[in-house]
Amino acid sequence: MTGAVPPAGAAVIRVVLPAHLRTLACVDGPVDVHVDGLVTQRTVLDALEASHPVLCGKIRDRRSGQRRAFVRFFACEQDLSHEPPDAPLPGVVATGAEPYLIVGAMAGG
Amino acid sequence: MSGVRVLVGTRKGAFVLSADAKREKWEVSGPHFAGWEIYHVKGSPADPDRLFASQTSGWFGQVIQRSDDGGTTWQPVGSDFSYDGVPGTHQWYDGTPHPWEFERVWHLEPSLDDPDTVWAGVEDAGLFKSTDGGQRWTELPGLRTHRSGPSWQPGAGGMCLHTIILDPDKPGRMFAAISAAGAFRSDDGGQTWRPVNKGLHSEGIPDEDAEVGHCVHRLAMHPSRPDVLYMQKHWDVMRTDDGADSWREVSGNLPTDFGFPIDVHAHEPDTIYVVPITSDSHHFPPEGKLRVYRSKTGGDEWEPLTKGLPQEHCYVNVLRDAMAVDSLEDCGVYFGTTGGQVYASADAGDSWAPIVRDLPAVLSVEVQTLP
Repeated sequence: MTGAVPPAGAAVIRVVLPAHLRTLACVDGPVDVHVDGLVTQRTVLDALEASHPVLCGKIRDRRSGQRRAFVRFFACEQDLSHEPPDAPLPGVVATGAEPYLIVGAMAGG
Repeated sequence: MSGVRVLVGTRKGAFVLSADAKREKWEVSGPHFAGWEIYHVKGSPADPDRLFASQTSGWFGQVIQRSDDGGTTWQPVGSDFSYDGVPGTHQWYDGTPHPWEFERVWHLEPSLDDPDTVWAGVEDAGLFKSTDGGQRWTELPGLRTHRSGPSWQPGAGGMCLHTIILDPDKPGRMFAAISAAGAFRSDDGGQTWRPVNKGLHSEGIPDEDAEVGHCVHRLAMHPSRPDVLYMQKHWDVMRTDDGADSWREVSGNLPTDFGFPIDVHAHEPDTIYVVPITSDSHHFPPEGKLRVYRSKTGGDEWEPLTKGLPQEHCYVNVLRDAMAVDSLEDCGVYFGTTGGQVYASADAGDSWAPIVRDLPAVLSVEVQTLP
């Protein structure tokens, strides 16, 4: 987990990374990201990439912002991969009660 | 005491193999970046402790790693490979226009004299340069935007810029090779390029002598004679004596002239090595015998080197970036296979022994000769 103090009023979202990205980001567990404002997949990923720049381009395309083909987004036992990136995430994710999972798709290898 | 460091990229990580000048006992470290494809690892000629690695994944994309301590520790550096401007299209496999899309870095070529400068050859074919140790990458678009670019088509492995050779004598001269566009030369440090494929003859393209469209697999140069280059093409081993203005075939008595790597002896510019492969549909050695072929005459006349190599039931391949030489007094030659073996010869190819046998499929092999 990151130890930074969140800005007042910011939501703290617990993001679980796949093993390869944990290694790349030098973290050994969930990452707390702070989102000030509406909690959506886009704002969570923006905050994650801002706090861990090495993850830029590893989850989403740098320019289009599109999810990489073999990356999936799960929360609350739901696949959110095809949901609009600006749709609000479930309240339990926004409060940190449930994690937001970034998953490497089961695509062989 | 001098020694060597062999940098091995594999389908599932990087390995560093180290030995003293005898090259008999090896230390193996790795896997570094376990689980990732490591297309290439190469050290800076200006600072042997500085290494660059191309780490890539179909899931998570491209990472460039840098080590400043000879491969003991690594740190990710920049990985933003954005083409300059709005990239156009090239030909897709079915002949339709296809937008240029960055896929991965195939080859890293550090500057000969500046440890902070490094070139990257990427898929879809483009050339990038960093002057700050890999933190930021800038495309030199003159190659990708050559007027022939829209007609380029990927080879079976993708449309990759896989070879970058820097001329040690002529400032600004460099060579690049793209599958399946061909060989290109720049005389102004990579700003502008021209195809240099005169003399190439490829039966797999409509115009067999076309300016571009040839599937060049690898180029090699001896630094003491930079106007002489050798080429392993899809089929045919070629040679130029005029800085690639023209090429001639030197396949000679090879059992097959299909293959991927080609390299030059460190001290004998006319001694070259290839690994003949049966065909483009049979990516394994003829007769199941793994043989390196050596020419001491700059091509045409070849001898098989078999001592220590498997001479039955061997059906591995040796990929284009998976052969290298050291510059010790007795030139060492190294190559890695898709079966995970890395073979070394400490006597210029006369005899071979495996350093390791069971790595993941080997994508690249480079060697550093250490003081």
